[in-house]
Amino acid sequence: MELINKWPEYHKKDVVSHYCPGCGHGIVHRIVAELLEEMDLGKKAYLVCPAGCAVLAYNYFDFDVIESAHGRGTAIATGAKRANPKLFVISYQGDGDLSAIGTAETIHSANRGENICVVFINNAVYGMTGGQMAPTSLIGQSTTTSPAGRNSEVDGYPLHITDIVAQFPGVVYAERVSVSSPAGVKKTKKAIRNAFETQQEGLGYSIVEVLSPCPTNWKMDPVKSCKWIDEEMVKEYKPGLLTDKREEKRKEKG
Amino acid sequence: MSKKDKVFTVKVRRDFCKGCGLCIEFCKKEVLASSSKLNRMGYNPAEVVKPEACVGCLMCTQMCPDLAIEVYSG
Repeated sequence: MELINKWPEYHKKDVVSHYCPGCGHGIVHRIVAELLEEMDLGKKAYLVCPAGCAVLAYNYFDFDVIESAHGRGTAIATGAKRANPKLFVISYQGDGDLSAIGTAETIHSANRGENICVVFINNAVYGMTGGQMAPTSLIGQSTTTSPAGRNSEVDGYPLHITDIVAQFPGVVYAERVSVSSPAGVKKTKKAIRNAFETQQEGLGYSIVEVLSPCPTNWKMDPVKSCKWIDEEMVKEYKPGLLTDKREEKRKEKG
Repeated sequence: MSKKDKVFTVKVRRDFCKGCGLCIEFCKKEVLASSSKLNRMGYNPAEVVKPEACVGCLMCTQMCPDLAIEVYSG
């Protein structure tokens, strides 16, 4: 008997994660660990953890991980990459981290076109603190701070941060994917691979937004949360390629 | 041996499964089902009910957030 789905080398074995049942973080962690192994980058990988549910990601990864202040992931990633360009720097952030408190850092690091990868987990709520409304929450979405649903007159509209940064000339690769189905998981892996290759070739900033289920704070079971992504969330956040300037950048570099 | 004749064995690591049910939902061959017994963490983990039906598509391992499923060939 031969094991087909081998345990990724850079994912710690025999550790039970603290994530809730059905959380998308576990899937994306596995994808990141698998890709680092497949692309032989684990020895120089340097992951910047956010404040949020993934704050304890260093318990599950078996490579260098640093913790950042809330929202400052891309600032720390910038420093790490500039100080040691040989590092392979990934900033792993949630929506409360990247698109709320960290908007300035995100926009300016993208505008500078730093040669880093950003993995952006969008679950439309603040997960760790108990399901408060995030800038990415959908109109009408019920959260603990908007029990009657998000009202655009009071709370504004969902923030499409990936679409915003995709317009910048420094952003080489931006894609939105979801982990709500096996097909989506495969697309996510492909997108993150493309982002990793962008950094490996030294082309510039790459960001992958992953629509991820949060069954606990959405008050749904995990299967329903996946359906909710496919039916409701994709209407606001349309999955697909947002920008791909890799060919131009390759030509520029010669 | 053609792919059709291949035999696959699915194993669920009981104490790592949080019983989210994503593998059960996305397994087209209904190999997995929710167990009635609780595991160490107090969840109802997935268990293999139709081992012979597995075709090794790895949909369950793609969706499992806790890396709790192992699929063996042969």
